[in-house]
Amino acid sequence: MSGAAVEAAVEATALGKRYGELEAVAGIDFRIERGEYFGFLGPNGAGKTSTLRMVQAVSAPSAGRLRVLGLDPVRDGKRVRARLGVCAQDDTLDPDLRVLDNLRVYGRYFPQDARVTAERAEQLIQFLALGEKRMKKIQELSGGMKRRLMVARALINDPELLVLDEPTTGLDPQARHLIWQKLRELRARGVTLLLTTHYMDEAERLCDRLMIMDRGKILAEGAPRALIETHVGREVVELESEAVVEQRIVEGLELARVPSEKRADVRTWFFRERDARVELLVERAREHGARCLVRNATLEDVFLKLTGRELEE
Amino acid sequence: MTRDAPPGFVFGMYQVAARNLIVWRSYLLPSVLGNFGEPLLYLLALGFGLGAIVPEIGGMSYAEFIAPGLIVSTVMYTSTFEATFGTYTRLASQKTFEALLATPITVPEIVAGEVLFCGVKSAFGAASVLTVITLFGLTPSWLALGVIPLGFVAGLMFSSMALVMTAVAKSYEFFNYYFTLLVAPMFLFSGIFFPLDRAPRWASRFAEILPLTHVVRLSRALVRGSPSPALLFDLTVMLAVLAVAYIAAFSLLRSRMKI
Repeated sequence: MSGAAVEAAVEATALGKRYGELEAVAGIDFRIERGEYFGFLGPNGAGKTSTLRMVQAVSAPSAGRLRVLGLDPVRDGKRVRARLGVCAQDDTLDPDLRVLDNLRVYGRYFPQDARVTAERAEQLIQFLALGEKRMKKIQELSGGMKRRLMVARALINDPELLVLDEPTTGLDPQARHLIWQKLRELRARGVTLLLTTHYMDEAERLCDRLMIMDRGKILAEGAPRALIETHVGREVVELESEAVVEQRIVEGLELARVPSEKRADVRTWFFRERDARVELLVERAREHGARCLVRNATLEDVFLKLTGRELEE
Repeated sequence: MTRDAPPGFVFGMYQVAARNLIVWRSYLLPSVLGNFGEPLLYLLALGFGLGAIVPEIGGMSYAEFIAPGLIVSTVMYTSTFEATFGTYTRLASQKTFEALLATPITVPEIVAGEVLFCGVKSAFGAASVLTVITLFGLTPSWLALGVIPLGFVAGLMFSSMALVMTAVAKSYEFFNYYFTLLVAPMFLFSGIFFPLDRAPRWASRFAEILPLTHVVRLSRALVRGSPSPALLFDLTVMLAVLAVAYIAAFSLLRSRMKI
């Protein structure tokens, strides 16, 4: 990543996508460096998948400029897609083919030697721990295995840019962790990764940088830790009590300048650093018999603060 | 960059057809059984059973008369089933095409590949029925081998027609309209089972607008070894229907697959 001449993996300027009346993506700018793990976060309808589709060279931008791996995805769609790996949100595996053949046949669609495809298919089967299932039918695989096979298939052409649309939605914790582990291992190969997710922990674990989108716009962009510190601070205190009790607890604590929000009966304060007031809050809450929780700030706090609504699963 | 050359149209079309051929290979036994079995049953029941009480038609026994038509009705059913139920499954239920469009493969290549596969499957069907009728001694001419390329082109035509329906289908049930209103009438009224020149005028007129009629004529001329210049008309009709249906299917499928 040295020197200004290094080409970005993806570069978008005033990028927009419109479907009739609906403005799905409203003129956004972002740049993903080579080798970077980059995440799109946002509630449903935020414009994540629309943006992803433009990057994948399957839908044309309505406005702005987009370069993917140094190419124009509209004019050079085939070239772009030849160098991309795509793992869609839905299961698009070929149920007419067995596990290994899903990889081998998919490899045919790329300009690469059948021998190379065959070798890579075997390696990917091993890499994604599907060895025992190589001759099984797709219908016999669990959800986690299917997703792993989708990831394996996305890697069949040794892509420079791997695009994952909600790679672990609907999976159990074991299956999610296995996918995360494999995606981390891919870093060493220099792959650039672009993913969308609903899960804050997923974004925090995997992404070097991410952007939070809502209603077609970018609300914030940066490294996960930096986003947390900039937008919410380090320490979060949640106090569950009735308004009257809360007043008595916070009396004289000088909390007016600490950003806070109230949802239902829970008041949440976002402290830059842990200080004496945190200890006092905990103590007084105990005296008044109110539930009080002190925790580290997370990406979810940033997300909720910026988008102002709960995530839809 | 070593992978700079984008693969061309022919490569893409071939790979789409190849995927279907690979899948077909695993269903080869039931597929072959259908190809041989059904025309054999028609031949036995109608050709030899009913044929025993039917007088000769233009110097042909009834079995000889219907045999060439059975070749092309197999072609029609093979390509129509594949391009309706088969293609619709890949388009809608299985999302096969969605996965393909994330690769260098394009929509024009998918449409061409599907039609090409139907042509190949149809040629195979034509060859199977040709084998059956030859075993019964119903193939007097070497020109009969021509039904294999004829089956290929007719397969392209029937699959293009069927793809028009597939492109607008919302469910599998929708294909019932097509099968009942067009495919079944074609099977019965295209001159496979009775000579059109002796049929009532309305029936022979109606038959002329059915694409299968022209394919039956071509097939019969090849199997009997009696080509004539008049067949150029039938050939032209077949190619024209192919062209129009293909263009219609292509534009409808393109707008359906567009994101």
